[in-house]
Amino acid sequence: MSKFRRKGKGGMPAVSTASLPDIVFMLLFFFMVSTVMRETELKISVNVPKATEVKKLERKSLVSYIYVGSPRRSYVALYGTEPRIQLNDQFAKISDIQDYISAERDARDEKEVPLMTTSLKVDGYTRMGIVTDIKQELRKCNALKINYSTRKGTK
Amino acid sequence: MAKRTPPEISGGSMADIAFMLLIFFLVATTMDIDSGIMRVLPPPIPDDAEPPPPIKERNVFVVLVNKNNQLLVEGEPISIKQLKDKAKEFILNPQDKKDLPDKKDVDIPYFGKSRVSKGIISLQTDRGTSYETYIAVTNELITAGNEIRNDVAMKKFGKLYKDITKDKRNAIRKYVPVPISEAEPKNIGGD
Repeated sequence: MSKFRRKGKGGMPAVSTASLPDIVFMLLFFFMVSTVMRETELKISVNVPKATEVKKLERKSLVSYIYVGSPRRSYVALYGTEPRIQLNDQFAKISDIQDYISAERDARDEKEVPLMTTSLKVDGYTRMGIVTDIKQELRKCNALKINYSTRKGTK
Repeated sequence: MAKRTPPEISGGSMADIAFMLLIFFLVATTMDIDSGIMRVLPPPIPDDAEPPPPIKERNVFVVLVNKNNQLLVEGEPISIKQLKDKAKEFILNPQDKKDLPDKKDVDIPYFGKSRVSKGIISLQTDRGTSYETYIAVTNELITAGNEIRNDVAMKKFGKLYKDITKDKRNAIRKYVPVPISEAEPKNIGGD
């Protein structure tokens, strides 16, 4: 009996922290791999609507984004409050879309061009006029696969 | 000369460095997965193209949305909640009604000779319609199609539409076509 009692006498042994760096590194690698750095800084506020029949966007490298929404507060003085289009890092006009799409195509492999998708990130309060114009413009340059960005969920 | 061994570098601060990096990546990570409604736009129409053959009125399911986000479906104003059932009735036409779409005989793998609806959904929006409404309407129409496809898949293969093989999915897609056509832009009900 006393055999066992003696063992527990010296208090709890300190937990070795030697493996702490390993654990932390493991976490670090996980986050490093799963991180997607934001490429563009949004100058407009986009609050996409909700929908139920959503599909995930696969192959992010083949997706080009078009943002539409009202300018953020710091840009209101310059650009007003009417919804604007943003391509890459700057405000754009409808006529810039064709150039943008061809630039996006040039950046990709020729084989992958037919697989390219255009993701429309449009604020829910935007009027359809501007969206229709964008779609017509995309049709003109044959970028036919589009994805209306939405959040999953019911209204 | 006595060769001096360099002092060993302490590894004790490794955890601190790793923690710092970890916190940076934790903060910088955005876990949101981009998702949305996939659509394919119709190819551009060349200027010298012949006008398409007229489609019978019974084969078209007209959905109009005006600038006040109100729906007019087949001539009657309805709410967005009723849209899905209306669309399902239109696509299926179970009683072969005269005012709902015609059917044609098509040979489809897995199904054999079957009667497929000729119906087309035509969605027209005004320039003043809000995008939110447009997405909601599109979503309802796609839901209608997907529910029918799910039912067919359940009946035929005993599985949900998304769980069956690609061949079978393509067969069902042919069996239940849900073409949604978006008209060339025009103004409905003024500016």
